[in-house]
Amino acid sequence: MAKARVKAPKKAKAGDIVTIKTLITHKMESGRRKNKKTGKLIPRHIIDKFTAKFNGETFFSSDWHGAVSANPYMSFSYRVEKSGEFEFIWHDEKGEETVKKTKLTVA
Amino acid sequence: MTNIKSKLGWKLATAVLGAAVVAGSFAASAVAKDWGKFQVEDRRSGYTYMTDETRDVQNDDFENPGMLWVENGQSLWSTKMGSAGKSCASCHADADKDMKGVAPSYPKYNAKMGKMETLEQRINRDIVEKMGGKALKFDSKEMLSLMTYVGKISSGMPVNVKVDGPAAPFFAKGKAFYYQRRGQLDMSCANCHEDNPGKLIRANTLSEGQINGFPTYRLKWQKPGSVHRRFKGCNKNVRAKPFKRGSDEYVNLELYVKWRGRGLPTETPSVRN
Repeated sequence: MAKARVKAPKKAKAGDIVTIKTLITHKMESGRRKNKKTGKLIPRHIIDKFTAKFNGETFFSSDWHGAVSANPYMSFSYRVEKSGEFEFIWHDEKGEETVKKTKLTVA
Repeated sequence: MTNIKSKLGWKLATAVLGAAVVAGSFAASAVAKDWGKFQVEDRRSGYTYMTDETRDVQNDDFENPGMLWVENGQSLWSTKMGSAGKSCASCHADADKDMKGVAPSYPKYNAKMGKMETLEQRINRDIVEKMGGKALKFDSKEMLSLMTYVGKISSGMPVNVKVDGPAAPFFAKGKAFYYQRRGQLDMSCANCHEDNPGKLIRANTLSEGQINGFPTYRLKWQKPGSVHRRFKGCNKNVRAKPFKRGSDEYVNLELYVKWRGRGLPTETPSVRN
């Protein structure tokens, strides 16, 4: 299972625009590399969808294709309105999902 | 025909000369720059040879992908490995205190073995002898995690290896290796890293080959790697047969190369291209 890191503020004021940073371990196998011993192509295996939700509502998502580096980093911003929970979902081509949640309180 | 050729040749030659002069003036301005803690006397960390973008990735502890291994190492520290039912934390409970200053002081002389020992070998010795586990491979996920974790604890501390006393003969061997031409290309480490740092070798900027940031997250590798992996890569590039990770040749060379970067800050896990 991939290991994810998320840096999102725990406290903010309503109306603030906060920056969220995320990082995940993933090989992002391109499908173009060959196994050095057998000479066969290593099948493609990448994260194809990243979604960020707040209180269950998607506010940011992106489709990923080839040429994204291994251990991808993603940063984006969010306008805070109320307290709730962030949910970050990385979905990979084998259907595996890594989910990370953080809480946000409006001060 | 020959006339045209020679004329063209002259034009090309002047163009190349012009480019060389421009490159030269760039190099001169780079030397004048103040690199702060990343430069000690005439020694510059590999950090100073990277692009701004790569440096930014290293500067931000969150963006730095090497930190993923550091975190993994932190959890491994208290994970039991081997038959004795012990973890690293069983003996070194407060890693932040106990492991401070360890990474910049290795390789160290081991009287029992009668030779130098790298930090990887030191970690493996504890795992095998005290924890009853199996020795980890140098570039295994576990070893890289422990190495980056222990290295990160000494972040910013100056590289300070002992090269006198019992270490002196090994230091001399490492130095001899550094200046020994090898491989089909007949090149020594010094030909690139002492004579030509800052210049391009194909698409790569040569650095001084300092190892203060190891295990370094290399963008080409897409993961951190050990010093000996880097040595192997360099040896292959000059078409020489590389030695094995943990071989006496590389351990001695590591001591010498580490000494070349004396005083530079520990940057583990650094980010290089």
